[in-house]
Amino acid sequence: MKNIRNFSIIAHIDHGKSTLADRLIQYTGVVDARNFQDQILDNMDIERERGITIKSQAISLPYRAKDGIDYTLNLIDTPGHVDFSYEVSRSLASCEGVLLLIDAAQGVQAQTIANLYLAMENNLEIIPVINKIDLPSADVERVIEQIDSELGLDPDLHLPCSAKEGIGIEAILEAIVERIPPPKGDADAPLAALIFDAKYDSFRGTVIHCRIMDGTVKSGDIISFMYNQATYRVEEVGHFLINRQKMDQLTAGDVGYIIAGVKTVSDVRTGDTITHENRPCTQPLPGFKEVKPVVFASIYPIASDDYEDLAVALDKYKLNDASFVYQKDSSVALGQGFRCGFLGLLHLDVVQERLEREYDLSIILSVPSVRYRFTLKDGTVLYVDNPTEYPEPMSIAKGEEPYIRATMMLPERYVGTVMKLCMEKRGVNSTLNYTSPGRAELVYEMPLAEVIYDFYDRFKSVTQGYGSFDYDLIDYRESSLVLLDILVNGEKVDALSQIVHRERARARGVLACDRLKEEIPRQMFKIAIQGAIGGEIISRSTINAFRKDVTSKCYGGDITRKRKLLEKQKKGKKRMKMIGQVSIPQSAFLAVLKTDTD
Amino acid sequence: MEPQDHTLNPGLYLHIPFCKTKCPYCNFYSVTDLNLKERFLSALNAEMPFYREAFPFFDTLYIGGGTPSVLNGKEFETLFRHIHDHFSLSPDAEITVEINPADHDTDMLSLLRNLGVNRLNIGIQSFDDTILTFLGRRHKAREAREALALACRSGFAHLGLDLIYGVPGQDMASWMADLQYVKNLPIDHLSCYQLSLEQDTPLGSRFQNGDFALPIEQMQLDFFKKTSAFLREAGFLHYEVSNFARGADAMARHNQKYWHHIPYLGLGPAAHSFNGRKRWWNHRNLEAYLDDLGKGISPVADEERLRPEQLRLETLFLGFRTAAGVDIDAFYRKFKRDLLKEKSVMLKHLQQEGLVVIENGYIRPTLNGMAVADQLALI
Repeated sequence: MKNIRNFSIIAHIDHGKSTLADRLIQYTGVVDARNFQDQILDNMDIERERGITIKSQAISLPYRAKDGIDYTLNLIDTPGHVDFSYEVSRSLASCEGVLLLIDAAQGVQAQTIANLYLAMENNLEIIPVINKIDLPSADVERVIEQIDSELGLDPDLHLPCSAKEGIGIEAILEAIVERIPPPKGDADAPLAALIFDAKYDSFRGTVIHCRIMDGTVKSGDIISFMYNQATYRVEEVGHFLINRQKMDQLTAGDVGYIIAGVKTVSDVRTGDTITHENRPCTQPLPGFKEVKPVVFASIYPIASDDYEDLAVALDKYKLNDASFVYQKDSSVALGQGFRCGFLGLLHLDVVQERLEREYDLSIILSVPSVRYRFTLKDGTVLYVDNPTEYPEPMSIAKGEEPYIRATMMLPERYVGTVMKLCMEKRGVNSTLNYTSPGRAELVYEMPLAEVIYDFYDRFKSVTQGYGSFDYDLIDYRESSLVLLDILVNGEKVDALSQIVHRERARARGVLACDRLKEEIPRQMFKIAIQGAIGGEIISRSTINAFRKDVTSKCYGGDITRKRKLLEKQKKGKKRMKMIGQVSIPQSAFLAVLKTDTD
Repeated sequence: MEPQDHTLNPGLYLHIPFCKTKCPYCNFYSVTDLNLKERFLSALNAEMPFYREAFPFFDTLYIGGGTPSVLNGKEFETLFRHIHDHFSLSPDAEITVEINPADHDTDMLSLLRNLGVNRLNIGIQSFDDTILTFLGRRHKAREAREALALACRSGFAHLGLDLIYGVPGQDMASWMADLQYVKNLPIDHLSCYQLSLEQDTPLGSRFQNGDFALPIEQMQLDFFKKTSAFLREAGFLHYEVSNFARGADAMARHNQKYWHHIPYLGLGPAAHSFNGRKRWWNHRNLEAYLDDLGKGISPVADEERLRPEQLRLETLFLGFRTAAGVDIDAFYRKFKRDLLKEKSVMLKHLQQEGLVVIENGYIRPTLNGMAVADQLALI
């Protein structure tokens, strides 16, 4: 264990994380036989061209240090947006240190700081590395100064390198060995393994990525997940090299994988603790959060014939996304579809894009909603996340909406603007802490509904990317809620309805009508858009019919070109949903949520 | 208005790819090197044999371009000799030649009459010098009027002219003045085109750069509707979006073939052809055209075989451009699709909006419907 180092590389985008990872892999060989080395490097080049540099989430690098001892350096990738900060935090929790990579020409950037905050929260050893020193525009002195003034780290600790040119790699490896502490843990204690990811392999089922904190696990063991006491028999354990490599056992301090006949990734929870059924550890490892969907929207195929294809696609997609949930649903306006739960709007975006790209589907999503709680006069308590299930207004005794505690880390100079933003979002009970000079921690309680729509984008914008944002659901609080309906040419479009706070309802209605006017293209008929609460029209906008489009000349040579243009338009129309005689594009459904960003 | 009695005979189009100067708004293919005329005529002669069998017989001949009137008398004679050597024209064939007003010439016009040309189409565009300058035309209003007068005296059975509206700086009054002027002339055909700016033209680029603005949609519609009302009042039939005829006999038989999916053969660079199922077109380049024919190969650049849904779409957008509209029965016979049944909901809305009228077996666009003919086709 004392010869193990678990670390990660964190950086602002494009500062060279992947290239450095490549170099570390190349430098440490990874594969024993020298005659395979060229081939592996070639393969790496191909992968790099395709944009993949590390095949696995984690990779174990064997390294013989200057002191002559053989070390195992476990590099854990922290993929994706720092928005999915929970996943990132569990990856970091599996490490003891990080390389904080900074581009020598660009200097410290927003994500450099945001990532640093996360690493500090996890009490990791931080090694600042200045990359791309080979660039003519590199200004290493300036970056050293920034490490001191902006990051608050000891500038003497920095390491210069050029991942591209392969300069300074050995020094980095030595620093990992010297400065990052070895993992602590007791190989004989009851098993406690932290799950930081899980992937679905069509041949082997779910592959669990984990860091062994205490104990030892091997093939044949009966393990249990502490979250739900589910038990499984271990089929195989091992390390990640370029591919998975089977091992006899994994022990305290190790990073590797467990295959245990777990059918789907949904059965595995990031942050959960794996232990032995017959000798469990007493406490689960800290930091576990049950990841629950907080935003709900319905997905419909644009062509009702595609319903089956959508069902199949959702099934396949879910294999590798444990946090995505869905069930059958239908809408008067949009037909048969599925009600889905997401971690947030970014998650929704990702799911939507993948369904469209990877499964080639034309889909429409209804306006997303959070889950509200209504207490009726007769005492029944209803959870409603679908506006179409809004209870009869007369029967409602109390309406409540979910509140979150938002924790924001940002440079001091943005505190004022961010506080204004939070108050705009009905934020209350704020606390402000200066965790270090120039760095503030701001906490607000806000309704989740105000946050899911575009809070994160605006937050990033007002902090110029330097702010980091995380939240937890705290409780349900009473709120004056109403149902805002949208009518298109007199017809209510249920998929556009929203449950809103009474005080915001009129403004939301006006905004929704304006946004729809922008998103819905002009058509052959005039389109009247109205916002209504109860039976009362509270806002409206009109889209005029277009009156002239025909081109003057259409002779022999014009026909092909004109037909191609019309074919293209026809294709565009197919991607819109017909509600009555009005073609509505998918963008319209999300647009009604956007608040004024000016 | 009853549709013309269309024969199914194909039409012949010849593209004369020469202009003395290039008008900045036009994107028809042409070059200004007039020295190539001779080689071109020989090449045409070499292109014709490729199609003798497929197109033995035409009942229209249309000579356009470019500027056909850059050909001199001898060249026209050669051209017609080549045509007659290879193809048959019906005895009552409609033979049209386009001329530029700056090329007006009594002898030329006589010659054309003698060669059998019975329709003359003059590219006047405007009788307003400011507009003519903006459009980069090489004639002035005075020449236009002279050319017109000359043509009127030359004894052609049919006389037509082209006019352009919607030009920046042109107000309704000046346009109506142009129409007023032509109304009383012995011409029996008018093409009134709204100025459209293609990206690959000098005027188009200037427009992209924001050098000038085009009239807004409402104005465009105004021009369109007022033009139609005025000319109909004056006795013209508004039989296609941009085309007006004084009487059914004056309607352009050749152009109607385009709008009714009747086959046509196009010869010369950039010319398009259609045989009912397939479209093909020649190189949009005189050098390439001459090269290929020099080597004895056909100068066809590309072709497309039309799928049924493409033919249907064409039938609709071409049909809605004509006053007669889309023939419901013919559509059913050809495509086995019952438009009234399949599109019943949409058609009802269109009727309610006053965009189409369904009568006598036709879905006929109203004037407002014609103005949005392209969208109508997408129902």
